[in-house]
Amino acid sequence: MRKLLERLAAGEVLVADGAMGTMLMERGMQIGQPPECFNLEHIDVLEEIAREYLSAGADIIQTNTFGASRLKLSQYSLEEEVAEINENAVLAVKKVAADQAYVSGSCGPTGKFLKPYGDVEPHEMVDVFREQISALIDAGIDVICIETMTDLHEATFAIKGARRVSSSIPVMATMTFDRTPKGFYTVMGVSVEEAAKGLEIAGADIVGSNCGNGIENMILIAQEFKRYTKLPVIIQSNAGKPVLEADRAFYPETPEFMAEKAGALISLGVSIIGGCCGTAPAHIRALRKAVDSCKG
Amino acid sequence: MDLLQDISIALQSGNCEKVEALVRQILGKKVLPKDVLDKGLIAGMNVIGEKYKNHEIFLPEVLLAAKAMYTGMDVLKPLFLKDEMPTLGRVVIGTVHGDIHDIGKNLVAIMLRGAGFDVIDLGKDVPAEKFVEVAVQKQARVIGMSALLTTTMPAMKSVVERLEKRGLNGKIKTIIGGAPVTADYARHIGADAYGYDSVNAVEWIKRLTT
Repeated sequence: MRKLLERLAAGEVLVADGAMGTMLMERGMQIGQPPECFNLEHIDVLEEIAREYLSAGADIIQTNTFGASRLKLSQYSLEEEVAEINENAVLAVKKVAADQAYVSGSCGPTGKFLKPYGDVEPHEMVDVFREQISALIDAGIDVICIETMTDLHEATFAIKGARRVSSSIPVMATMTFDRTPKGFYTVMGVSVEEAAKGLEIAGADIVGSNCGNGIENMILIAQEFKRYTKLPVIIQSNAGKPVLEADRAFYPETPEFMAEKAGALISLGVSIIGGCCGTAPAHIRALRKAVDSCKG
Repeated sequence: MDLLQDISIALQSGNCEKVEALVRQILGKKVLPKDVLDKGLIAGMNVIGEKYKNHEIFLPEVLLAAKAMYTGMDVLKPLFLKDEMPTLGRVVIGTVHGDIHDIGKNLVAIMLRGAGFDVIDLGKDVPAEKFVEVAVQKQARVIGMSALLTTTMPAMKSVVERLEKRGLNGKIKTIIGGAPVTADYARHIGADAYGYDSVNAVEWIKRLTT
């Protein structure tokens, strides 16, 4: 398989996969269970999900390791299983992807705040990320995906953690924005401009946004990213904001709707398009079609 | 008095040491602890809440101000009779069962304390029965519930139902919030209010308790 960054540099648009949580719920995840417990007990389920996204046409498939840092796992008393949880998740996706798709090691926020507004020391944060990312890289991921970040410092420490393990592994870094009357900001107050520039300075190879927004807001966010960085941009949109039907919340954007809007992302020059909360293989299949139809 | 204003300003910039020093200084001048609380600490948090609402500041500034507020309150606490600070009422809050996301809930607790409420924070992954039990035992007027996951939202309904079953609905009010939660959902499950953010939650709780 050609190297990921070379393909992006050549102008190719790639498709990433969709949500993990909903797929796990459909396969028996209980309320209150961490998604990562599947990595210890049901690796077959992880393979099944990867297979679904691969056959939907994803070029990049994420590992089920969003919350697999020591700090996050400690909330479930699983902090001693960091290595195994990360390794198993990578092996499951790798087995399925088998050189047809890139294996992307997901790395989410720790859920803790840095000093001075929180209690975590910067060096501790770097170590926490380094430990997780080291396990992901050792198990053979092709790219690391630091995602759903809201604090630029935490994102920077994650990128640093990754760089301490490997200077060559491609690093994607995405942040999650809210729409305010003054523009898009993360809850920690990071603007898209600050994110684009800050993530690039920190050493990311690919930058962008995931989660928090439906695809229409994501088009506006992508526009800003393209204005402030020359790096390839990744957008992983939610299927809208959850709405209530009967007793259940669901995400309203259909595969067709997202695929139609994806054209605008492609025109903007976004390099990787995928899904986040509420997206399923059907969304990825539709995005695949949209990307392929723009190739001609 | 200028010192009160100084306390408010030091709190807004998150300067714990300065808040502590100023509070001790002003108490030495025989200013009533209640005035220090209301016109210094709470006044400062009001400004923080307003700025946060208007997106002039974000979470880090609020968290820093909250640290300064708690520092000031720790100095004041021993000075109130019967170990009780004067409050606008008692609120029990927590993140519902199955959900460990507590940033939003913590922010509501900060804003509530900053507005002068007595907050009992049950933490995260709180069983429905515990919300009710503690609220009854501690004579709370409001139960506040948070959820970040669409899958854990139904736990809010369970709390409302338990209150109804015990004939406490209306007596102990309920308010819900969290990323996937909506006003529609609040109406649907029979909660008394929905707070779309932490400042809005405080506004609602003020209305529910007057």
